[in-house]
Amino acid sequence: MSRISAFGRFWWNFVVGDDWVAAAGVIAGLALTAALAAWWLLPIAVAIVLTMSVLRAAR
Amino acid sequence: MKDVLLVLSAFLASAVEMVEALTIVLASGLARGWRSSLIGVAAATLALAVVVAALGPALTLIPIDALRLVVGGLLLTFGLQWLRKAILRASGFKALHDEDAIFARELREAETAPRDERAGIDWYGFTLSFKGVFLEGLEVAFIVLTFGSTQKNIPLAALGAAVAVVLVAVVGVLARAPLARVPENTMKFAVGVMLTTFGIFWGAEGAGAHWPGGDAALLGVLAFVVLLSLVMVTLLRRRRIELVPA
Repeated sequence: MSRISAFGRFWWNFVVGDDWVAAAGVIAGLALTAALAAWWLLPIAVAIVLTMSVLRAAR
Repeated sequence: MKDVLLVLSAFLASAVEMVEALTIVLASGLARGWRSSLIGVAAATLALAVVVAALGPALTLIPIDALRLVVGGLLLTFGLQWLRKAILRASGFKALHDEDAIFARELREAETAPRDERAGIDWYGFTLSFKGVFLEGLEVAFIVLTFGSTQKNIPLAALGAAVAVVLVAVVGVLARAPLARVPENTMKFAVGVMLTTFGIFWGAEGAGAHWPGGDAALLGVLAFVVLLSLVMVTLLRRRRIELVPA
């Protein structure tokens, strides 16, 4: 079990890293883009997610 | 244009990761002996080749829109990690990556670790080299596979990465020292920008949106991500000056 959880933890850290809120923001941005089929939504979502993530880390 | 950016992204990402792997292998080789370390490098290279060979053809079977959505999302989460760290480094909120310091630390740890020799292999040296090459190489494999499969050109992405591997290996053998003068922090910034740019472009396409101007919009997304990053670095630098008065 510990090996399975270590394997899962490795991939979580590899893809998501130490800011799961940013990953959740990306998923929300993609979902909104899919719902509205609007190209401008994802760049705005990324700008918001990156700004929040950087400001949180720089506190 | 997309092909040029594809090769450039794979090259830069691979070069950065290989510089880091070289530092670990050098420390391992000098402290624990070259035989075990190089066997570790060979085993890691083989393992990475298996990962690419197994996942590469499988990814090409996924419908392109679904692939772009998943790859776009993965590249975005992955790229935002790189970009956030790069912005924090450039603005002074995070220490710059220093290969000399990392080499000194790895060497010290490798020299003091107890010897565990089985089948003529020093397992500490083997494991250190294996982990260094495999973990750094896995990021390169991830980028090559995601970029390559979405562009339907894995060999081109692999070529960009392979050129960087050979270049870093040759320079490393000639220098026999960590490549501390490589502008690693700038390269990491560029990779973060590229990953985020392609993530936005493919993610939106995969989600069903259509970019005005088609593929040419990629340059607009690139300019947007660069501008956003530079504005954030400038603002954070000002904030840091306010927090740490001279």
